[in-house]
Amino acid sequence: MVTMSMSPNQDYAIEARDLSFYYGSFRAVKNVHLKVVPRQITAIIGPSGCGKSTVLRAFNRMNDFVPTAHIDGSILFHGKNIYDPDVDPVQIRRLIGMVFQKPNPFPKSIYDNIVWGAKINGFRGNQDDLVEETLRKAALWDEVKDNLKKSALALSGGQQQRLCIARALAVQPEIILMDEPCSALDPIATLKIEDLMRELSKTITIIIVTHNMQQAARASDQTAFFTMDEDRAGLMVEFGATQQIFTNPKDKRTEDYITGRFG
Amino acid sequence: MTRETLDRQIHHIQDEVLLLGSMVEQAMLKSVDALKRRDLKASRTLYEEDALINEKRFAIENAILILIATQQPMARDLRSLAAMLEVITELERMGDYAKGIGKVNIRLGDHTIPIPYREIDLMADLAVSMLHRSLSAFINEDAGQASAIPLEDDKVDDLYNHVTRSLVNAMIANPENIDAANLLMWVAHNLERMADRVTNICERTVFIATGELLELESNDDDLDDDRE
Repeated sequence: MVTMSMSPNQDYAIEARDLSFYYGSFRAVKNVHLKVVPRQITAIIGPSGCGKSTVLRAFNRMNDFVPTAHIDGSILFHGKNIYDPDVDPVQIRRLIGMVFQKPNPFPKSIYDNIVWGAKINGFRGNQDDLVEETLRKAALWDEVKDNLKKSALALSGGQQQRLCIARALAVQPEIILMDEPCSALDPIATLKIEDLMRELSKTITIIIVTHNMQQAARASDQTAFFTMDEDRAGLMVEFGATQQIFTNPKDKRTEDYITGRFG
Repeated sequence: MTRETLDRQIHHIQDEVLLLGSMVEQAMLKSVDALKRRDLKASRTLYEEDALINEKRFAIENAILILIATQQPMARDLRSLAAMLEVITELERMGDYAKGIGKVNIRLGDHTIPIPYREIDLMADLAVSMLHRSLSAFINEDAGQASAIPLEDDKVDDLYNHVTRSLVNAMIANPENIDAANLLMWVAHNLERMADRVTNICERTVFIATGELLELESNDDDLDDDRE
């Protein structure tokens, strides 16, 4: 297994370098260069079909499960291409966790949801401490501390999503990928997740795909705008500080999209 | 293209800003005309006109806030609305200047101090013309035109200095003129400030067009103590 430790001078948490992504012969994403800033929140926005989720899933090799999928270019994590043959994708997914659109807790207790993944990854410490610490980080502890043995499925949607974030945190990732994490949640639960993201970004890097531009504007530090080319391949049009992208984008395609004049 | 509702409402607000601008232009010209004719009755009507200007300014501000809250404008749309909030504040202040000139006329009463009408008239014409063109550049988002207008401020400043000198001379010539000359200083001051505020409108036009908040050159960076 490849050892990965962050060099102190590294200016990115993960980097897509000339990344193209194919489903069979169809090129879904082309020539993406994206350097994700460490311990910040990067939002990926763009219309449906622009490849933003594909790129997100490429960051922890989640697309390995799609039989015809393959990439050109590389994704560098600690200076190493995560698609190199000597890289263990399971190790990558521990360091780069993922939270999905629909909350998907295991059909187990709240407690077990936290400790299960950690145990598989070799956690030998005090499980009670791990559960409390992780649930506190996910801003869920006060709501569930008296019911840790209750089924996770009994929680509300927003609580389930925070539990999924806690579950991802339990294995101490460096990056968390979030694919539309709030699309199934009400506005209050959404704002709680956004507050949580802000808190977590003090120590970890977050990349979020969202269709909700207000969310990207509110919650992220950096924004990447993707769109589709005439050949239907997704491409990154503009990447910059969120404040700049939403107040003064440089590319007309970005301007048209974020002002709602796309299509 | 989508966002017809937002576009329609932004255009409506732009029309209202232009209307507010023309109310201010009319009030300013009227205030100077009333002073020239020493028409106190006409000056009194400026109070009502100023109330209408204030009312219109608040109505536009409210419409902009509702639009921001309900339509979540971004990028150029957002800059345009933010700039309009600033511009209507400038216009409202210019309306106060017109009322202030009306007040001077009323307070002068039947005083017979020689008034430098020619220069005051020229100042008003220039300031109103600058305002008119600045609003046109604003609505057209024409950064080039907007950047050129503040340079004309020099002419207003020259006239201001001329008026000030002649009022000081009137005070020296006859100390009984001191109170009246002091009041008339305010007329020149208000017109000079109006031209300064045109520069602020031009800066907002550049902001909409480029996203940059820049201070435009007007060669008038001293004596800025009352610039809000």
